[in-house]
Amino acid sequence: MRHFAELIKELDSSNKTTVKVAALARYFTTAGDSDKVWTIALLSHRRPPRPVNATLLRQWAHEIAGIPQWLFEESYHIVGDLAETIALVLPVSTNHTEKSLSEFLQEIIRLKSCSDDEKRDYLKVNWLAMNYYERLVFTKLMTGSFRIGVSQKLMTRALSAATGIEEDLLAHRLMGNWDPAKVSFRELVLDSKPEDVLSRPYPFYLSHALEGEPEGLGQPHEWSIEHKWDGIRSQTIIRAGQVYIWSRGEELVTDKYPELHALATYLPDGTVIDGELLVWKDGTIGSFNDLQTRTGRKTVSATLLKNAPVILKAYDLLEWEGSDIRHLPYDSRREILEKLVHQTGAELPLQLSERILLQNWEQASQERDRAREMHSEGLMLKRNSSTYQVGRKKGDWWKWKIEPLSVDAVLTYAMRGHGRRTNLFTDYTFALWQDGANGRELVTFAKAYSGLTDAEFRKVDDWIKKNTLERFGPVRSVVPQLVFEIGFEGIALSGRHKSGVATRFPRILRWRHDKTIEEADTLEDLKRLIP
Amino acid sequence: MEPPLLAFNEKGIYCARADVYLDPWRPVDRAIITHGHSDHARYGHRHYITHHYNVPIIKHRLGAISVTGKDWKESFYINGVTFSLYPAGHIVGSAQVRVEYRGEVWVFTGDYKVEPDGLSTPYETVKCHTFITECTFGLPAFRWLPQQEVMADINAWWADNRANHQTSVIFGYTLGKAQRIIKHLDPSIGPIFTHGAVENMNEVLRTVVDLPPTQRITRETTREELRGGIVVAPPSAHGSPWIRKMTPFVTASASGWMAFRGARARRAIDRGFVLSDHCDWHALLDSIRATGAERVISTHGYSDIFSRYLRELGYDARTEQTQYEGEAAEMAASAEETVDAEIS
Repeated sequence: MRHFAELIKELDSSNKTTVKVAALARYFTTAGDSDKVWTIALLSHRRPPRPVNATLLRQWAHEIAGIPQWLFEESYHIVGDLAETIALVLPVSTNHTEKSLSEFLQEIIRLKSCSDDEKRDYLKVNWLAMNYYERLVFTKLMTGSFRIGVSQKLMTRALSAATGIEEDLLAHRLMGNWDPAKVSFRELVLDSKPEDVLSRPYPFYLSHALEGEPEGLGQPHEWSIEHKWDGIRSQTIIRAGQVYIWSRGEELVTDKYPELHALATYLPDGTVIDGELLVWKDGTIGSFNDLQTRTGRKTVSATLLKNAPVILKAYDLLEWEGSDIRHLPYDSRREILEKLVHQTGAELPLQLSERILLQNWEQASQERDRAREMHSEGLMLKRNSSTYQVGRKKGDWWKWKIEPLSVDAVLTYAMRGHGRRTNLFTDYTFALWQDGANGRELVTFAKAYSGLTDAEFRKVDDWIKKNTLERFGPVRSVVPQLVFEIGFEGIALSGRHKSGVATRFPRILRWRHDKTIEEADTLEDLKRLIP
Repeated sequence: MEPPLLAFNEKGIYCARADVYLDPWRPVDRAIITHGHSDHARYGHRHYITHHYNVPIIKHRLGAISVTGKDWKESFYINGVTFSLYPAGHIVGSAQVRVEYRGEVWVFTGDYKVEPDGLSTPYETVKCHTFITECTFGLPAFRWLPQQEVMADINAWWADNRANHQTSVIFGYTLGKAQRIIKHLDPSIGPIFTHGAVENMNEVLRTVVDLPPTQRITRETTREELRGGIVVAPPSAHGSPWIRKMTPFVTASASGWMAFRGARARRAIDRGFVLSDHCDWHALLDSIRATGAERVISTHGYSDIFSRYLRELGYDARTEQTQYEGEAAEMAASAEETVDAEIS
């Protein structure tokens, strides 16, 4: 564990990507093979299941630290990260463990089936035999949130530097279902036998946001547009009579969408489709809220299937007749895809995402203006000659989203931020006016965490500290005085929210210094935005 | 009923019997000042009383003021109330104020730390009935390592950077942290450079304490001279055009807040060293216990949380609102001096 904790400390000690990659590459050339496999697993979101729930973890931590529970909780609110809080409040260790990362992970896997007393003893013994970074890492493995500022992409780059194997090839090898407890470093990284793994997806090609207007992209006839659907980006694989559905988070979600399993019967083996999972009801696209009723569920009831049926809206074809066709131009890939979709019956939950070949740029902005009516987030612009690339790349694919909906709202509550915003009040709750029994009152409608610059956050934080009305644990109510423009992507009626309205992706667009709270919008103004 | 010996009003901590304020935040006639940080030593009072080490510091910061310097433990009497200053160990010249009237003793700590830093006069416990304490780091999540270990880390970091032909830039407040770091840097590694704002303060402090030799960075200083050296600069120099001259450089910050990973990430600093001029959790609890005080008043910091815990331990503890800001105000003062030094 010492070696891995040192790596995490090194990664923590720099903001420079090159330094992080170099530290990781050094680790990949010096660590033991099973530790390397586990490190790859952890940095690609493959953690063992949580052996202990957070409530018990907090309880044992405060007991072992010898402080009251409320004091632990207050500390947690201020530190902002559970594993970090635990690592800080526990007493200094007097002895030191020499167990390796993989030994710890094997123990953690076994721990899941132990009794609570055994778990508590295990944690105590190990917590008290570790330094700060080891504790942090060890506890993060328990809490199931292992974010340390290194993306899978950086990890892959470092692994490439350490092994001399191409990044794209590695990205492909590291996808899919593999068990770090069973696979060796050689099998996972060094050996090349992709044909073994039928479920293995291709890395997604992601786009950057277009800045400004599309005219700068060159000749319009070299480009196509399609709507950017607001569902779950996915890759659907048909191989050897089986369907495998991957989400963009590289999670295998096949079981969640049984209505798509029929695709195996109609589509030939060796077909891989890039598309969007969407709820499709009564001939229209459902809202993201509808889709969320599906994403959280492992088992799907018949009622749910009927209320929120899912379809695959196909964007692209990556594999055809068993061959990787990502190197073909978008034009050619689409041609095969369109023929394929047209051959299948209309009763199948498979549709094309309509592609429009551009004649002029005006066409693109006209289509973008229809986005809300089409239930899309905006447009995708794709170069007709583009290959299907790996990861987020500039040049051939651009997303051109519509401007968000917005209202001017009043800041009413604030909470300390998490992570890098610990100690600043950066999590805000906003309210709008509503006519009530006692005249006009402010009703909470959304929370937002992002959108201000660091300097603005510091100013608002300072203001909050001087204008606090009441404290409720970590939350403060503040004098209603500041007005912010709040943007959001979507809006729907909701029975669960006090305001009766749910907004999607609310965020702060700007601080309206020019507005008094009397000039803020009303709940009625907000409801008028519901499509 | 007798009013309490010290009370908190809109101007500061007030001793009505002596008509004197401790670290007031609004202009008053007579102010006893614990130390030179800007939230404690403010502009506009008619007369200042402070430890004589602190006299040149506040004169540097506040200009021509009327000030009386006192020795450690030298009693002075105002209308039957006895005042004396005891070392607080926070920065050079920082004092606790002991106030006694008819056998009742109150102590106001200002800011303090227990561990001797080799520069400021070490903290001394003062027995009292009522202890007014800061609690900037009054949370169990704060635990400091011995200064020797932290400074060894800082020196090792510097030596590593030097081996990589990079310049080390370390940020610390112009008054206090900067000199504490300089005092314990290992000059055998390389030359120590200072930002103008830090060097201006060094010049003031050299009249009362010994500091190793440092070189002020001026327009004439070249990138090649700086390479491999260490530069001590105020936090506000981070991200300013001034720092470009240090390229290629690596940054670090030395502060108690560096105990939190988030704090370091937020400031976009490469390396954080946990080095504070305030007490950590255990030092606060131990020093309160050692005073023998029954009543404890917490001022700035996590005071609500800290007072609640003290009440659970059996103290008569409460919180008073002040305008002391711990490290925030010092950040602002450092920033002003930085701009001044860069313009001049």
